[in-house]
Amino acid sequence: MPIIVQGLITILIGVGGCVGYFYLSNLALDKVIFPAKETPSRRLVGAIICLIIPLGLLFFLYVGPTVFGALGIGFLALSDVSTISALLAVAVFLVATFLLFKAFNTLFPAKGSSVGDNINRANAVRPWLFLFPAIFVLGLYLVYPVVGSFWRSLFGRNPNDFVGFGNYVSLAQSPDFRISFFNNFLWAIVVPAASTFLGLLVAQLTDKLSWGNIAKSLIFMPMAISFVGASLIWKFVYANDADIGLINAVRAMFGFDNPIDVLQIPFWNNFFLMVILIWIQTGFAMVILSAALRGIPEETIEAAILDGANPWQLFFKIKVPQIMATIVVVWTTITILVLKVFDIVYTMTGGNFGTEILPSYMMDFMFRDDGRATAIAFVIMLVVLPVMVWNIIEARKETR
Amino acid sequence: MDNIAGTKSSLTWATHLSVLALVLLWLIPTIGLFVSSFRDRDQISESGWWQAPFAVELTARGRTGTEATQEGDVYVVTGNIYDDPEAKSYFPGGGGEIVAFGTSGRNPGEFEAGTPVDLGDGESLVVNGDGTYEWRTPEDPGDRGQRVYFAAESPPSFTTDNYEQVLTSDGMDRAFINTLTVTIPATIIPILIAAFAAYALAWMDFPGRGVLIAVVVGLLVVPLQLALVPMLNLHNRIGIGQSFMGIWFAHTAFGMPLAVYLLRNYMVGLPRDIIESAKVDGATDFELFIRIVLPLSLPALAAFSIFQFLWTWNDLLVAKVFLPSDDASKVMTVKIADDLLGSRGGDWGILATAAFVSIAVPLIVFFSMQRFLVRGLLAGSVK
Repeated sequence: MPIIVQGLITILIGVGGCVGYFYLSNLALDKVIFPAKETPSRRLVGAIICLIIPLGLLFFLYVGPTVFGALGIGFLALSDVSTISALLAVAVFLVATFLLFKAFNTLFPAKGSSVGDNINRANAVRPWLFLFPAIFVLGLYLVYPVVGSFWRSLFGRNPNDFVGFGNYVSLAQSPDFRISFFNNFLWAIVVPAASTFLGLLVAQLTDKLSWGNIAKSLIFMPMAISFVGASLIWKFVYANDADIGLINAVRAMFGFDNPIDVLQIPFWNNFFLMVILIWIQTGFAMVILSAALRGIPEETIEAAILDGANPWQLFFKIKVPQIMATIVVVWTTITILVLKVFDIVYTMTGGNFGTEILPSYMMDFMFRDDGRATAIAFVIMLVVLPVMVWNIIEARKETR
Repeated sequence: MDNIAGTKSSLTWATHLSVLALVLLWLIPTIGLFVSSFRDRDQISESGWWQAPFAVELTARGRTGTEATQEGDVYVVTGNIYDDPEAKSYFPGGGGEIVAFGTSGRNPGEFEAGTPVDLGDGESLVVNGDGTYEWRTPEDPGDRGQRVYFAAESPPSFTTDNYEQVLTSDGMDRAFINTLTVTIPATIIPILIAAFAAYALAWMDFPGRGVLIAVVVGLLVVPLQLALVPMLNLHNRIGIGQSFMGIWFAHTAFGMPLAVYLLRNYMVGLPRDIIESAKVDGATDFELFIRIVLPLSLPALAAFSIFQFLWTWNDLLVAKVFLPSDDASKVMTVKIADDLLGSRGGDWGILATAAFVSIAVPLIVFFSMQRFLVRGLLAGSVK
């Protein structure tokens, strides 16, 4: 069974399941649970829904492993469940669904005054039907881990060994952690500043050029390249050999004969790594700031020119203040990204030579010491928290 | 604004030049990688990729033949050094003009090509520019020819050997398929889930809507790192373990906040008239969503799919954690970062080629769908 076929089957099941869920749940809501009118098909639909859910369950839990196994797609079988418990679950589910529908039937009949109420009730429930899969997935994979990670970080390498804040204490005492925290701080200052500045510069310079769009498109290109790919690209530039690396070739041109490995120069090597992320993110900043620049009302610029403003004043005193809000958004977006990127350090230096940052430091402990790894992850979360709160406040202002 | 009197500034040329400089600065690293991926391994370490169109002086060694003709008491061996398989192996693109030769590895370019050299004991050797040589020796050469070192111009040669090697013997073909396998379901599945949720958040009125939107905005920035340990443990407990199934779930969830946020921002901007008149005509929310909102939101759906595609294709972290670490299920990023960089650290040709194979598809997607990507970025960041 080639894995790609598994992928295609998963797409079919995923998309089909989604459509089926949304369609059937709406049908159940409108026709069975809170019906607006009594139709002959109501009992039928109700019965079908009553049957489909338990049957689906039965299929996945019990028949699934055998059938899928025979078809060679055993990966779809979720886990081993004994026959009896599967049948029991299905029976309980069947009875429960039936009783539930019966209860709804008597409580909310599609007759007389309760018809209008039924429509309102259905409309009150519907948003949650639409939201349920997204909320489920988000809750499981992003909300629960915040708590789950914190809880796990209170235990040692052995998940039964409660150590309280021991992991955090030993982190605070570890020089490696302090180095990576400091480096992360440098990254979070330098990368957003440089990317935003360069992005603004390019956006402004290309604004009036006839070939501006081509230039923008080329500077935007690194956005499509993976961090790993970008790291490799720059590994060539930094190579410790004047016949491979551009940096050493330029040095050789100026007469320095001994090639240097820029990734091993203490402290400054961090900046050589940051260059890679700046190279990637400048395009992002440029695209957004360029749109913001285009959105500035022409009148303000005309008025400034008539008042005799020179190009510098025009840019710094008229344009920049008007797009300040966008600059802040770009800046924070890049800051958040910086706090999460581990690929560059991992690929370029593996965290050696004093270039460790928090995300790569965490990966050192992943699979080895989950307690320590989750503690570092939680520290990253704490660092991101102020930005998160600020983002939420801004979003609330907009939606109001 | 340029036509206003007095603003046609002298800065125009400076602008053109500085933009050109920036663009070149941005492009050069990638071009270097691209050129290197087509170069022969020996050439890469012999000269920079910026010299690729020019010939390189390469030192090589070979052995003369042993077929001697006797002239008096001297044996004369003639032939062409490029006929020797060892010497030939240095020049896959064909040997060029020989500049110098020598007889010891310590000084391979000791003598100028074309000048006969006395080697002592009555022996003499001459190697000409075109590779022909004449070796005179008083003794029968037997079955060992004379060792010859020489420096020759190697003409610029571009090959696709690296690509052949990477795609056939280095397992990158497998990794490519794996990446595709991770990417496609992880791009398609979240779209529908997110679209329904986004519709509810944009056009349905219910208590708690504002709070939910705020939660989605908050979740946009939750670091992935937090989810790694708890979710891997959960996957192991329910029997998914490290598998493609697990990574599809994980990517679906990690892309969800952006998807919901992006699609909601777009759907809110749809004309209210259309939606309300459809409601008045008796369309249910489900019909309204499927028939009107979904088709109108295609640009936003496209934008999100591109994002999610690029993100899952380029991802290293999630793949390292949620996929098994055996060779059969490595994706390209993991393959490059863990295998090629680790064990093949010095094989620049293979590295460049592998990197280029992995970035080719995103680049194609990027350049063909740039319009949607930009629109999506703008919808997500500037409101």
